[in-house]
Amino acid sequence: MSDHKTMTLTLIVWRQKSANDPGKFETYTAKNITEHHSFLEMLDCVNEDLIHADKDPIVFDHDCREGICGMCSQIINGAAHGGQERTTVCQLHMRKFKDGDTIYIEPWRARAFPIIRDLIVDRSALDKIIQSGGYTSCHTGGVADGNAILIPKAVADEAMDAAQCIGCGACVAGCPNGAAMLFTGAKVSQLALLPQGKGEASMRVKNMTKTMTECGFGNCTNHYECMAACPKGINVKFIARMNREFLKAQFA
Amino acid sequence: MILDGKCPTGPIEQTWDKHRFDLKLVNPANKRKYSVIVVGTGLAGGAAAASLGELGYNVQAFSYQDSPRRAHSIAAQGGINAAKNYPNDGDSIYRLFYDTIKGGDFRAREADVWRLAQVSNNIIDQCVAQGVPFGRDYAGYLDNRSFGGAQVSRTFFARGQTGQQLLLGAYSALSRQIKAGSVKMYDRREMLDLVVVDGVARGITVRNLVTGEMESYSADAVCLATGGYVNVFYLSTNAMGCSVTANWKAHKKGAFFANPCYTQIHPTCIPQAGDYQSKLTLMSESLRNDGRVWVPKKKEDCGKHPNEIAEDDRDYYLERKYPSFGNLAPRDIASRAAKEQCDDGRGVGPGGRGVYLDFADSIARLGADTISERYGNLFEMYEKITDEDGYKRPMRMYPAPHYSMGGLWVDYNLMSNIPGLFVLGEANFSVHGANRLGASALMQGLADGYFVIPYTIGGYLATVKPGQVKTDHAEFKKSVEDVKAEQNKYLSINGKKTVFEFMRELGGLMWENCGMARTKESLEINLKKIPALREEFWKNVKVTGSGAELNQQLENAGRTADFLEFGELMCRDALHRNESCGGHFRAEYQDAGEAQRDDVNFCYVGAWEYKGDNKTPELHKEPLKFDNVHLAVRSYK
Repeated sequence: MSDHKTMTLTLIVWRQKSANDPGKFETYTAKNITEHHSFLEMLDCVNEDLIHADKDPIVFDHDCREGICGMCSQIINGAAHGGQERTTVCQLHMRKFKDGDTIYIEPWRARAFPIIRDLIVDRSALDKIIQSGGYTSCHTGGVADGNAILIPKAVADEAMDAAQCIGCGACVAGCPNGAAMLFTGAKVSQLALLPQGKGEASMRVKNMTKTMTECGFGNCTNHYECMAACPKGINVKFIARMNREFLKAQFA
Repeated sequence: MILDGKCPTGPIEQTWDKHRFDLKLVNPANKRKYSVIVVGTGLAGGAAAASLGELGYNVQAFSYQDSPRRAHSIAAQGGINAAKNYPNDGDSIYRLFYDTIKGGDFRAREADVWRLAQVSNNIIDQCVAQGVPFGRDYAGYLDNRSFGGAQVSRTFFARGQTGQQLLLGAYSALSRQIKAGSVKMYDRREMLDLVVVDGVARGITVRNLVTGEMESYSADAVCLATGGYVNVFYLSTNAMGCSVTANWKAHKKGAFFANPCYTQIHPTCIPQAGDYQSKLTLMSESLRNDGRVWVPKKKEDCGKHPNEIAEDDRDYYLERKYPSFGNLAPRDIASRAAKEQCDDGRGVGPGGRGVYLDFADSIARLGADTISERYGNLFEMYEKITDEDGYKRPMRMYPAPHYSMGGLWVDYNLMSNIPGLFVLGEANFSVHGANRLGASALMQGLADGYFVIPYTIGGYLATVKPGQVKTDHAEFKKSVEDVKAEQNKYLSINGKKTVFEFMRELGGLMWENCGMARTKESLEINLKKIPALREEFWKNVKVTGSGAELNQQLENAGRTADFLEFGELMCRDALHRNESCGGHFRAEYQDAGEAQRDDVNFCYVGAWEYKGDNKTPELHKEPLKFDNVHLAVRSYK
């Protein structure tokens, strides 16, 4: 809405040409930003100005722009996704900032997430964790009727709380150890809670935690920064559940 | 040419079973000799790649995102239909079939829709087995909700994130196959050409979006599961990367494009806030289970706070116009009704482009906790975008482009007119006719991927020798050269306007002249303006950087160039179809605001053949026959 007063902001953005480039911060000005701009729309405007000025626009991952695909991934003023509770970067709106603010924008920083360019990192390690066991080994077709397995509401709800993970990697970026315990714990817990997943529970937790370590993720030292950074509010109790599952698996 | 959908004949309830038996099989030891390419790893592509890999085929899967878990299927909120009849409210396969045919305004094939309804139940079972945490009741049974266009509760859901959970189910099955080595996953790759050798689809050319390199892949069959094209409107509920590119490249290689004018405008999206806006956000249709839609009766009330407008001064127009379906009228009808109220000057919010969706009655009846449990994440999403609390004041909604019913033409086996090219999910045109009912997109994507293509692709592969063409064939080299030349052209123009500026302009033309209502005049305007805009694009677009690096402007330039060609075809199709049906509303053909079909002249699928750059495409027709559902005026009154 054009009748709203606009903001001018100073952006200090991490620019890095490729994985091997050392990278550095560059300063830009965002002009004519309204409170209704989303954070990414603000960046779109800055990029349009850069293109007109014959400069390379800032590269960042984004897709659905409604908080569900998990593609967007930026550290804003030191906090993953900007630090607003249960919010992804794409859902962050400029009304949370003031005219004249300076905003620092960086990519996810974690050993397991090498930088590809500017604000884009490689998160394929998260896929590898899922590939090592984040599923039930059912075949397409030939399964039982959906109501043949009764799952009381409380159990289904708790599994859903864990299943909400969008795989953005904010938990890793937020963790001082670069651990993927919340990500892995959520998937292990979802499937361990449900009767369909119980059969493979011990093998799953062993394989997934092993892959997690192999991919270069750190360990958990109970900072709970992951939960604070998680845009879906996934609870650290699922890390505790994974630890229990892991312990149980040693005797299975 | 009269197209033949090769639908099985005989009693409809036996068609799919009989066809499955008639299809040729590839024996287990031979399956590993065949390779299949799957482009797109959303619900349709992900399910297909996982299922085909499990069957023993060598699968290569491609996604433009960094992981198959990010496809836009993930954003579907409300649910997935199935004819389980768990609530004992009169549902059946026949009823789901009937509702879908009627919902599509009698512009879909009966046999395809029957099959969809039949396998819908298998999908729910499959997803439960994968660990999808569907909503359940206290005893542990699966729960259902209602959706538009149906009078039974047949929609299964996982809170307001059903698409996410179903996609993660397919992603987990796919991950299992990747680990097993039966599927090779290529992420951050965009398909930029289909390679056809001697009339048969043999592979694809893709751009590695990280390095910029062109890569060739060959296979015995290619499956496109590359989604829909409503980003042609620029502002839509689709993800930023959704495009017509893969389908358009296949179209230019000979695949017919069917019914491109059938686009769905979803009635409940958050209204646009400004010109800089990059996308629109949908609010699930399930909200209409408990929300009531209204506008002020009097124009002078439009500026007031909604809670200050007396009950008697509110026009609950859907309940008034469609008493038997009320707020759950189908999407095309609800969208047009919203536009009608706003055009009448009774819209609310900025620019008068909005209607209220009010939960006050439901909150009074059920309590805020119940409403929050059902739709909590949607209320949260609404508040983040608008800074308004949907529990305290009615939400503002306006229709937005959401889904494309049209797509590449396929026969009953999901094979296009190019042998070896299969098209799945939203990318094909097959089951939704001229309008899709809510909670049917997830159903179709998974039906095609899990339960249709694993059978029908075998029927094709059994007739061809494996591995006949490899990437060293001249056609692959030519394709790479052609794509490179196109990329270099974008980079060399160095004009004055950015890609976004062109896309916004095209989107504006499409929304204004080929949107919720179209006329002969408006479409003719576009048929002049789009070619002019395209010409300007090729002279004046500015793309920075190079082709040998990660370059998002270059990616968008390609997608925009394709939309600039596709938009014209869409208008051409809309102009030729002198009737109104479903999402295609030609203002000249109406009966007091209701769509007026012309079954005598337009009861067919319109499939367009590409004839070359700036040449008029040729229309082919596939007549539609209705043996089981009586062709009738679609009424929700």
